[in-house]
Amino acid sequence: MNADTKGVLKTTISRSSRVSIIAMVLSLVLMLVLAWAPYWAGRAEMRLLGELFLYLSLASLWNLMAGYAGLVSVGQQAYVGLGGYLLFALTMFGGLHPVAAVLLAGVFSAFLSLPVAILIFRLHGAYFAIGTWVIAEMFRLSFAQVQSLGGGSGTSLPIGVVKSLAASRSGRESLSYWLALGAVVFTLGFVFFFMRSKKGLALTAIRDSEAGAAELGINIWRSKLEVYVYTSAITGVIGGLIFLQKLRISPDAAFSVSDWTAFVIFIVVIGGIGTLEGPIIGTLLFFILRESMADLGTTYLMILGLVAIVIMLKAPQGIWGLIRQKFDIELFPLSYFVHQKDASTQKSSGA
Amino acid sequence: MEWLGVVVQGVLLGGLYALFATGLSLMFGVMRLVNIAHGDLIVLGAYIALSTVAILDVHPVIAMVLVVPIMGFVGYALQRTLLNRTLGADILPPLLVTFGLSVILQNALLEIYSADPQKLSAGPMETASVSFGSLSVGVFPLLTFVSAIVLIGLLQWVFYHTSLGREFRAVSDNQEIAQLMGINKAHVFGVAMALAFAVTAIAGILFGVRTSFDPSIGGGRLLLAFEAVIIGGLGNLWGTLAGGIILGVAQTVGGQINPGWQQLAGHIAFLFVLAIKPTGLFPRVAH
Repeated sequence: MNADTKGVLKTTISRSSRVSIIAMVLSLVLMLVLAWAPYWAGRAEMRLLGELFLYLSLASLWNLMAGYAGLVSVGQQAYVGLGGYLLFALTMFGGLHPVAAVLLAGVFSAFLSLPVAILIFRLHGAYFAIGTWVIAEMFRLSFAQVQSLGGGSGTSLPIGVVKSLAASRSGRESLSYWLALGAVVFTLGFVFFFMRSKKGLALTAIRDSEAGAAELGINIWRSKLEVYVYTSAITGVIGGLIFLQKLRISPDAAFSVSDWTAFVIFIVVIGGIGTLEGPIIGTLLFFILRESMADLGTTYLMILGLVAIVIMLKAPQGIWGLIRQKFDIELFPLSYFVHQKDASTQKSSGA
Repeated sequence: MEWLGVVVQGVLLGGLYALFATGLSLMFGVMRLVNIAHGDLIVLGAYIALSTVAILDVHPVIAMVLVVPIMGFVGYALQRTLLNRTLGADILPPLLVTFGLSVILQNALLEIYSADPQKLSAGPMETASVSFGSLSVGVFPLLTFVSAIVLIGLLQWVFYHTSLGREFRAVSDNQEIAQLMGINKAHVFGVAMALAFAVTAIAGILFGVRTSFDPSIGGGRLLLAFEAVIIGGLGNLWGTLAGGIILGVAQTVGGQINPGWQQLAGHIAFLFVLAIKPTGLFPRVAH
């Protein structure tokens, strides 16, 4: 299409499309339905949904780091475990309300992630990845030394702390569910608005070309640092909520590389890395696979590893990448669309 | 005198860590591949030796004769069929594929051998010791340390004095031009991986004689190997030996002060080196 020949061409730029507006409305409706779950879902379903929300949060955060900021970490279990242990420590020894403890765990995680980042940002690429794992391992070994938190075998949340959440068991389960729902809504919202902001634009520039981004005056180190600290803080909160659901913690469970990193990476890669929709699809698929193959035990994990390998080799853009390629849609609009209105056609292209 | 013994033990332990790290260093040096499943491969080597010992009723050191070529072959096949497809500018494919391999390996070992700890028994060799003055040193740790030196020396010789080594260095420097010179990149990478797997098999067997192992401990071995490589400096095998020794000494000294601090002390030594000299102590290549 050539603008000069028409003369009357009108160009508008927008970020939303009809599909994305419908998707937004549907997500709002879904959110309301989910918020009502304690009144329509059973105990087991609510537990499963709560777990799904927390996994989706972890996946979105990892996706923000790896898919947008180029920080491929295999050590985010450091902050999941830290958040979990802080929940236990702050409620047991600080006498804090569990919800306050979880929020404070996020603040703590942010502060701790700063010196950690300054040290491990000296490593690049895959070496950065393994460096993050070393940090997580150090956290695990350190907490295993704390005898008042049960040392290597761990501890349970005291009954008094559990009761302070809500008097009845169903009340506690509902609250824990709503906290998980709130966390996932906050996390998805955070990633969405962060990516739409100026900082998100800088990240996209860095992802496409570090040299080019630096040329434009973007401070790459600082941009990555911000993402690392924000995601670590929120991961700490999610960690606190995970162990508020479990009510029991041990160093091996808290800092598990397979539970909090391997599965999360598989979710993001299978769903589609570098897209907001990918982690959602990946998480749904992960839970469907898990629930339908739970009795297969180790075989299920081998299948999961195999699926991730095949996807990485055959379709590195993941399931959402394939869908987007085919239908050219975006549910959560990050791209800019250029609409050129003239007589008959309306052409738009993502940027 | 007690502390001298602790340090000597640490140095000898460092030989084992250097063996863990040599395979990883080789993979990175030739094909820029960072292998997350490396620790699980060390454990795999120990388990294959366990089965070999059980079936043929031989000493673990004799089992090496069979296990090393088996692992070498597996390495070559894995590189040709799978890992060559992951190499490129993007770091995510090799990372994710080896992560997937790690999960598959761990669970396969769990399925076959169960989670019970196993150990390779080397008989009287394990407890024998030699005395240097008032210092008593275990024969097996000493043997492990000597194997590390011999293997690293051998690999250095292959790298700098053979035509295979010339091909390794050529593909490492510039893959495209090396191919223009008639080098079959896919095959050279396969051979490098076979070599890395062979060293890893030896490391796995010596490790399996030294301590008990189960399918879940691969991750910890990977971290040790990685730390030795980074402390020593990328691309320098003798540096990797030095890195292993620093880790080993940090661990035994830390463990002597408080048994709970043994592993933590090794990680702290690593972070300390990273803080003062991020390129490692003896860097050879720019990365």
